[in-house]
Amino acid sequence: MMLTPIETASACVLGLLLIVVLAGILHRKQRLLLPVCFSLASAASLLTVVAGGLAVANGLTEQVVMLIGLPDLPFHLRLDPLSGFFLTVIGLLAFFVSIYSIGYVKGFLGRRSVTSLVIFYCLFLAGMFMVVLSDDALIFLISWEVMAAASYFLVVFEDEQVENRRAAFLYMVVAHVGAIAILLSFGVLAGLATGFGSFSGYTFDAMRSAHFPVEWATAAFLLSFFGFAAKAGVVPLHVWLPEAHPVAPSNISALMSGVMLKTAIYGIIRITFDLIRVFPWWWGAIVLIFGLVSAVMGVLYALMQHDLKRLLAYHSVENIGIILIGIGLAMIFTSFKLPLLAALALTAGIYHTLNHAMFKGLLFMGAGAVLHATHERNMEEMGGLIHLMPWTAVLFLIGCISISALPPFNGFVSEWLTFQAFLLSPSLPSPLLKLLIPMGAALLALTGALAAACFVKAFGVTFLGHWRGHHASRVVETGWMMRLGMIMAALTCLLLGVFPTLVIGWMDAVPEQLIGSGLGATAGTFGWMWLTPVAYERASYSGPIVFFGILSVVVAAYLLLHVRPGAIHRAPIWDCGFQKINQRMQYNATSFSMPIRRIFGFLFSVREQVRLSPQTPHRAFPRRIHYYLRVRDRFWGWLYRPVIEASFWVSRKVGRLQQGRIQAYLIYSFVTIIVLLVFLG
Amino acid sequence: MNVYPLLIEVLQVLILLSAAPAFVGWVRVLKCWSQGRSSAGVFQPYRDLAKLFSKDVVLAENASWIFRFTPYLVFGAAVLAGGIIPILSTDLPLAATADVIVLVALFAIARFFTALAGMDIGTAFGGMGSSREMTIASLAEPAMLMAIFTMSLASRSTSLSQMAQAVLSGQPVLRPSIAFALLAFVLIALAETGRIPVDNPATHLELTMIHEAMILEYSGRHLALIEWASMMKLFLFAALGIAAFAPWGISTTDAFLPVLAAFIFMTLKLGVAGVVLVLIETGLAKMRLFRLTEFLGSAFLLATLGMLSYFILE
Repeated sequence: MMLTPIETASACVLGLLLIVVLAGILHRKQRLLLPVCFSLASAASLLTVVAGGLAVANGLTEQVVMLIGLPDLPFHLRLDPLSGFFLTVIGLLAFFVSIYSIGYVKGFLGRRSVTSLVIFYCLFLAGMFMVVLSDDALIFLISWEVMAAASYFLVVFEDEQVENRRAAFLYMVVAHVGAIAILLSFGVLAGLATGFGSFSGYTFDAMRSAHFPVEWATAAFLLSFFGFAAKAGVVPLHVWLPEAHPVAPSNISALMSGVMLKTAIYGIIRITFDLIRVFPWWWGAIVLIFGLVSAVMGVLYALMQHDLKRLLAYHSVENIGIILIGIGLAMIFTSFKLPLLAALALTAGIYHTLNHAMFKGLLFMGAGAVLHATHERNMEEMGGLIHLMPWTAVLFLIGCISISALPPFNGFVSEWLTFQAFLLSPSLPSPLLKLLIPMGAALLALTGALAAACFVKAFGVTFLGHWRGHHASRVVETGWMMRLGMIMAALTCLLLGVFPTLVIGWMDAVPEQLIGSGLGATAGTFGWMWLTPVAYERASYSGPIVFFGILSVVVAAYLLLHVRPGAIHRAPIWDCGFQKINQRMQYNATSFSMPIRRIFGFLFSVREQVRLSPQTPHRAFPRRIHYYLRVRDRFWGWLYRPVIEASFWVSRKVGRLQQGRIQAYLIYSFVTIIVLLVFLG
Repeated sequence: MNVYPLLIEVLQVLILLSAAPAFVGWVRVLKCWSQGRSSAGVFQPYRDLAKLFSKDVVLAENASWIFRFTPYLVFGAAVLAGGIIPILSTDLPLAATADVIVLVALFAIARFFTALAGMDIGTAFGGMGSSREMTIASLAEPAMLMAIFTMSLASRSTSLSQMAQAVLSGQPVLRPSIAFALLAFVLIALAETGRIPVDNPATHLELTMIHEAMILEYSGRHLALIEWASMMKLFLFAALGIAAFAPWGISTTDAFLPVLAAFIFMTLKLGVAGVVLVLIETGLAKMRLFRLTEFLGSAFLLATLGMLSYFILE
């Protein structure tokens, strides 16, 4: 019997739920539980990749009505190219991370029970798969909540630390405020689809066939964009992200940053391009502006960090911004009836979605490996790890190159496509947009260059130079399972960068489905070697030639210079004839970003103090110097503090109603009933 | 299959490898004349390179493979870029490998690794150079992209060969947008190649070094490769500017005579480019690091003005 892709995918979700049961059974045998459950989870993820990949490659659309659900309101599932694409992205990273987890979670054994980690890990994966498979508002929201709740428990896994509990609480609050907005948005859409008298409007099919008045559609779009932006960590709703991602176990951070944020991207694409379909251009402009702000602010905040995982979390804000730039441009082009350009921008956006999942997953796995080995997240206490952890260093470096948008790795391809979409904006009919959109391209270029600076810092301070820590460390290389997960992710990064034409040909069904036009015909005109997004005369890129070209020159130069055996002498570092150089004299994370902090400091609230120790005999000869630096998010003070204070104020006022006497409560109920009778009777 | 384009391709790379030191030598000679010193001649850079190649390498004790790999990578990226930029002819088999954005990214990956190599040894100078280099690069990048944008408006392409052909086939008119883009490009090229007023390639003065600070620990053939690559980078930026703004003389076919003419034109134009560079460098003093935001900001502004003037005037 052959299973269709959607059956395979739902079987995988079922399989994940069975692993949850299995984990409960194996609770007492922790050493067995770990490899069994994670390898089963990786097998299930690999199967979803197959299912999703087939659905995209063949442009299939399949629907299933499930037998379970609310009375008379069964759940609907659907696998079309869009959901197939996201299923592939989620499944692929989940596959790598599950293998990595077999090694990583071992570190917790003996310290605490990992059963809850395994259970919520599987529920989290199942929730994400279901979000992209669901075809009605009910199952979508249920899966959304399963995903949010499971990830909450994963963030709070090491719950003995106050920091973790606080971060998880913040995450929970933002996730639920977002979920309410999404619920309301679906309410508007469902109500308009069939009228408020009937319930059948909750299916996405009903919404697809409906025609929405523009003001209601706008309300639904703004609500859903707010909700999804809260999940994706779009500035200014990003504050939970740099708190929650670093404190979660690193395999979970990889999944949260790599793919959970992408479910929000999926939601935005699904609602705008598939459910509402017809929209004015300024919706795209909103998405584009939020994307640009997130990209620039995300990377600048990342540069200010010295906690490795926090730095990576801020880069997720940046990359979500870059993805939204692509989607926003696609929306603008679509509303001006330029389908080919819209397809280019959308392809750029979703290609970056795939790429970001791979390299951010890889980077978080690498950071996890470093954390696992050094028990340290602060980069100021690291250094020289390339000698102790050579594998992790190479793999982390591949992630750094990819995320910094440098050829021939994958991040470059999607940013290049986004630039091409920007460069085609002069064909828009509106003069205002023609003048303003190129500024966005400049901001994107700034983002890319700052990201490169940030990863020179991240890699340079962590892996190069000398060890900065106080205590001598016993750092050892990670185990093979962790390495294997990272190696596969790194290879994927390289392949996605060197063979972009094949990838674009595969994912072409997605823009075909949503916009009615694809890049497949133009992008691959000259075969798999050349990527020509719009036309050969316009722009072209060849990943294979760049990769093999540089490689062959490097090899040739190396061989030519080693014909004559030249000796390499190792010598101590030249210390300019002064006293011996020590590791505290190196540039560290804070000093590396100092020029950028000076230039862009007005965007943060920076407090910097230099104080001489009191025992100093003379100002010119200080015995000790204390340096204090605090960089804070301005949004916290501008946006969140007032909201928090307001909610406390309201709670205090409402609290007055609670007298603690049963008579008062009975009066409240009585008055409520009277009021309801008067108004509804 | 026609082998002439391939031959020209090889010829271009050979010209790049062999002429880049001469171009740098020419700039140094001009500089000496302008400062009333006697020069070491156009061929001094060749002697420097030969000396470095024949020396042994001294590596710091804790240098990792990144430090040893970087010179080869920097060299490789420069050679590949030489196969893409139309120096002699626009009819190159590799021309479609990369448009201007990819070319900029090729230089970016070389810079990325140089900055890493600067941090590899763990001295303060290396880190200082890396930090400054990456800061300047991130300020230069938006201006560079804006200049590319403006140039691509007229030619409707970001491919350098197509840009050159668009200029060659059109009437030679002075477009204000191109003039602004050229000014912006000159400022950015000064920053990217590390010339005065951004960085001073002739100095090892501790606190003003940027590029030199990153490569301070290099020696022997590694240093030779890096020096050669940075000579090629200067040559390539000159060739890039010529191809985009003044491609007259570059052959559009692969016949022998046009290519020979292109070679002569190239020599003349590079000679002029050297004069312009020296005039700029002698006219300006090196700027403080934090004044560079104004310098690169004005490059960005000029490029933006170019774009606006295209939409408004043309």
